[in-house]
Amino acid sequence: MAATRAPQARRGGARRRTARAGLLFVLPWLLSLLLFTTYPVLTTLYLSFTDYNIIQPPRWVGWQNYRTMFTADPAFWTSVENSAYYALLAVPLGLAGALGLALLLHTRVQGMGIYRTLIALPVLVPPVASTIVFIAMFDPDNGLINALLQTVGLPIVGWLTDPTWAKPALILLSLWGLGASALIFLAGLQEIPRSLLDAAAIDGAGVWQRFRHVTLPLLTPVILFNLVMGVISSFHIFTQALVVGGTTGKPLESTLMFMVHIYRTAFRYFAMGQAAALAVVLFLAVLVVTLVIFRSANIWVYYEGSRGSNR
Amino acid sequence: MTHRDRTQSHHRGSRTGARRAGRSRLRCCLAPLMRHVLLGMVAIAFLVPFYWMAISALKDNSQIFARPLQWWPHPIRWDNILRALHYPSFPFLRFLWNSVFYAGGVSIGTVLSCAAVGYGFARLHFPGRDLLFAITVSTMLIPGIVIFIPTFVLFKHLGLLGTYAPLICPAFLGNAFFIFLLRQFFLGLPQELSDAARVDGAGEFRIFWQIMLPLVRPALLVTALLSFIWTWHEFFGPLIYLSERSQYPLSLGLFAFRAQHTTEWSLLMAASTLATLPLVVLFFCTQRSFLEGITLTGIKG
Repeated sequence: MAATRAPQARRGGARRRTARAGLLFVLPWLLSLLLFTTYPVLTTLYLSFTDYNIIQPPRWVGWQNYRTMFTADPAFWTSVENSAYYALLAVPLGLAGALGLALLLHTRVQGMGIYRTLIALPVLVPPVASTIVFIAMFDPDNGLINALLQTVGLPIVGWLTDPTWAKPALILLSLWGLGASALIFLAGLQEIPRSLLDAAAIDGAGVWQRFRHVTLPLLTPVILFNLVMGVISSFHIFTQALVVGGTTGKPLESTLMFMVHIYRTAFRYFAMGQAAALAVVLFLAVLVVTLVIFRSANIWVYYEGSRGSNR
Repeated sequence: MTHRDRTQSHHRGSRTGARRAGRSRLRCCLAPLMRHVLLGMVAIAFLVPFYWMAISALKDNSQIFARPLQWWPHPIRWDNILRALHYPSFPFLRFLWNSVFYAGGVSIGTVLSCAAVGYGFARLHFPGRDLLFAITVSTMLIPGIVIFIPTFVLFKHLGLLGTYAPLICPAFLGNAFFIFLLRQFFLGLPQELSDAARVDGAGEFRIFWQIMLPLVRPALLVTALLSFIWTWHEFFGPLIYLSERSQYPLSLGLFAFRAQHTTEWSLLMAASTLATLPLVVLFFCTQRSFLEGITLTGIKG
């Protein structure tokens, strides 16, 4: 609260003045919320019940778009499966990898700054560029990856040309960018008071026990943050999939992600009503999954100052 | 506990910790070495695609896919860079300029708007503020595509398809993530500062512009940098809004090039390297203030 100790009348005037200034300061964002959030969300919802090709005005068709999606659009289910496969592997692997990397980085070994920079560097590469580089490296006959696999005597696979291996290849590509979340984990690790770890060590806790019972619980808020971010971004994977597989999800629809399906429905077929329905479904999926994660957070996230992690 | 206390206790603690671990001398020498080996391996794994991109940019097409692997180009084809820059009907210099214009415009718009809005949310009271802020944060969950479909139609009716207006203008009205970030910074400034300025008769705008804004300069820099990098990477927006090739930013230009010339690998690699290089330079130029800014976020958090 504003801490003015002026007489009642003057305080009221000052408060009104601040209120007016406050509204003025957030005015651009209010406009944005109306123009680029509220209006589009409501319109998408409305369009999802219409047949709309941009040229002719929208025609109300009730639930037909949703019915088509679930019963008459095999690409819908294919893209849902692909996206789910991708998210279910990329998110946990990314989290575990980032946490492991952060633990490695969270030491006071010489040259740590250099390691940190090196691991953050891939984040700078534009997704289109990194995907192109990975396409070359994943080349089944003469690419770098298969050459290395052969050198160490491992079996080689077709990667982006093989429907079975295209998604794992995309997941490997996503893991290359885990430096960002590793740095967020690292910041979280640095917040953990050393005294707690030392106290646990004095009480005879080993390395694993200290990690399991001190570090990990204190890190759960950061894990929650990275988990939510990871899930949302994996639901939205688009650029990499489009560069690899085009709008048809080559090879054999194996890289046809949900966002690619929405994109082609909206901006290739100009079936805006159908695309709006797909977008609404994506919105609901994101909402439900984040709600479930936040609900479950009551059980597994430890908040400092609260009574504990168990209900 | 302030940040400094925390780091101090951290240092003190780890020294005693090290002494304790020193009980086994072997372990104390081996552990850092092991860490270096592990970290080195991870760092190499992360660097290889980067290195491969840069090195392939200087190779012949045949060398990129040669067996045994060629870890160094032979001969070095410097002319790949020039050829990529002057490839017929793919004006990469033009793409580069478009990217600078696009990312720069969004970055400027984001800093200006989000500083003002973040300040309003953090330091000025008005009815409905907290509700509005809660709404702001929750909009981050809305998938971009939900917004894109109607705004595409809107900008089409306004006759702005094929221009940068739909891509840059919205940034001048704010961005939920950066509003959130900057609000955190403004919250951390002492209330006495603005009170004193108010007593001296300074208007709200002057307090914001002359007193508060200079104090959050590191946060403004972080905002500018992140939004610049993210816009440089942006693909979906340009893909749906732009149609003329001469307007493409680098991401989209690369995509179009790849779609048309699937076998020109050395040029693709050279163009990819060119698309990345400006960000790497930017990163190294600003690394210090960048890390400073991140540390500051840590204090607020």
